[in-house]
Amino acid sequence: MNITATTAANVTASTLATGKRKDRNTSSLIFMGALWFSMFFGVAVLAALILDTALSGAGRFDSQLLFDYESTVRKEETGFRAGILGTIWLMLATALLAIPVGIATAVHLEEFADRTAWYSKVIEVNLQNLAAVPSIIYGMLAAAIMGLLGFTYKGIVLGGAIALGLLILPVIIIATREALRAVPQDIRQGSLALGATTWQTTWRQTLPSAIPGIATGTILGLSRAVGEAAPLLMLGVATVRFDPTSVLDKVTALPLQIYSLASAPQEALQEAASAAIILLLALIIGMNAVAIFIRNKFQRSW
Amino acid sequence: MRRFGKRAAVVIGAASFLLSTAACGSGGGDGTSGEVAVDGSSTVYPMSNTAAELLAEENSNIEVSVGFSGTGGGFKAFCEEGRTDISNASRPIKDEEAAACADTGTDYTELLVATDALTVVVHPDLDVQCITVDQLKRIFGPDDSATNWSDLDPSFPDVKITGFIPGTDSGTYDYMNADVVASEQEILREDFESSEDDNVLVQGVAGTQGAVGFFGYSYYEENADSLKALEIDSGAGCVAPSAETAQSGDYTPLARPLFIYVSDAAYADNTAVKEYVDFYIENLAEIATIAQFIPLNDSDYAATKSAVEALG
Repeated sequence: MNITATTAANVTASTLATGKRKDRNTSSLIFMGALWFSMFFGVAVLAALILDTALSGAGRFDSQLLFDYESTVRKEETGFRAGILGTIWLMLATALLAIPVGIATAVHLEEFADRTAWYSKVIEVNLQNLAAVPSIIYGMLAAAIMGLLGFTYKGIVLGGAIALGLLILPVIIIATREALRAVPQDIRQGSLALGATTWQTTWRQTLPSAIPGIATGTILGLSRAVGEAAPLLMLGVATVRFDPTSVLDKVTALPLQIYSLASAPQEALQEAASAAIILLLALIIGMNAVAIFIRNKFQRSW
Repeated sequence: MRRFGKRAAVVIGAASFLLSTAACGSGGGDGTSGEVAVDGSSTVYPMSNTAAELLAEENSNIEVSVGFSGTGGGFKAFCEEGRTDISNASRPIKDEEAAACADTGTDYTELLVATDALTVVVHPDLDVQCITVDQLKRIFGPDDSATNWSDLDPSFPDVKITGFIPGTDSGTYDYMNADVVASEQEILREDFESSEDDNVLVQGVAGTQGAVGFFGYSYYEENADSLKALEIDSGAGCVAPSAETAQSGDYTPLARPLFIYVSDAAYADNTAVKEYVDFYIENLAEIATIAQFIPLNDSDYAATKSAVEALG
């Protein structure tokens, strides 16, 4: 009895120590198998979905898809010009609105605010909650803000930018705070010891050191905004066939155009919607790739 | 130093973006120009969107935006918020919606623009050709609902009924509910699967033995090889859905009217709205054909035309 127990203990110990494949018992092999299956299943489903969409849109990867307006008269030539331009305008306006506010908020909370104060704690908790609020709620909020600003027609660049900006604000704030927190205290203390004020330390030392992290978080936030349709739907965003020239112009967005065309009865329009889905995916993957590139290129270790 | 240069570039880029947005605020052009805001039924959306597309080929200075937030959502925007000039509707305006329009002083004109043959479809293998209106009510209504095709008629096959119907927000649901089934409960039966996307209904019916569903004629037309449309007997024999039977009025009660509601004030004050509506009605038959709806018959079209002339 005693001997077997000791041997078993030795085997376990050696497995833990070496982790060699031959030492693994049945249950750990089953667990490994389950992990592999889970990973494979997730990736396979995703790959199948993308492949299916790409195949059904395969006939429509042409220049008309990019440069023409939506057309029911010539369904085979329908294009997403309005959606693509609208998405670009919305993205720029959203960035202008959300990034300065988001970074300023994070800097205040991280570098200046009194963390023990009750209101700091309230903001802290609410920021985490806001990041999890369904996007359609931000659409309603933006519609209300646009109403207060006196706009009757809310489906314009400004309205969309307010909705999407509010949506990604918590993401930007959280990412910026993480990035600021990663800057070692030594740098702040060194700067302060040399006679710099808190403001000078933040502006000249902390913030520049945190820029890679901030940029990564911001781009990831924007790429989430690009794929959103629900908040824009709440604003009554409609199909247009003209290019926006100002933030007060009516606008549509790529996800919305996909939404309306994918439910059309005609196969040619559904096909165009499939092609546009791949386009939108490529756009989002491209933005995420830029974020990863920035992180890898400018990452510092102290 | 390099970093400061980059940051300056970002600031300059942002500033020039703002400037360009401020500078390009007002566009000009000759001929009629202006904006037209249309929203409402996603069923009528292809019609109004086609009208906008054809008009843009003639006069690109008129900027028409066409939304698809549903008949009910469209009337809310039209009457309560006043943010649209024209509201698309796949059913007549409801009393409470008309009251909301009266509250805000929005006078409107109802224009019949096309007919849609609401089509009841079944799985192609199901051996049923024609049903009566009473049987239709027992299929989709909440009272005395049939669960098996043989419940409706002993000659029908012994197959379980599975249903796929449009979502409760759609005018299509409203029409079947209020104008066809007209149950006191004011709902359709609730054990059927529902979807806002008619293509999902098409796939559901085409892929399930004994399945039944209903949607606009264009969805049947596009999928005629994988679905079977039922003929409807409203007392005068079995009538199949088609352009002819819907136009002539024989396909009843499922031939439903599609409307646009035009704000009288917008039509009178905004030349862009006037031009869009005039163009729309002038080319109504062509637009309906492109959007795969059934053009109006001569007498209905004459009535719509005179309604537009009465506008101004």
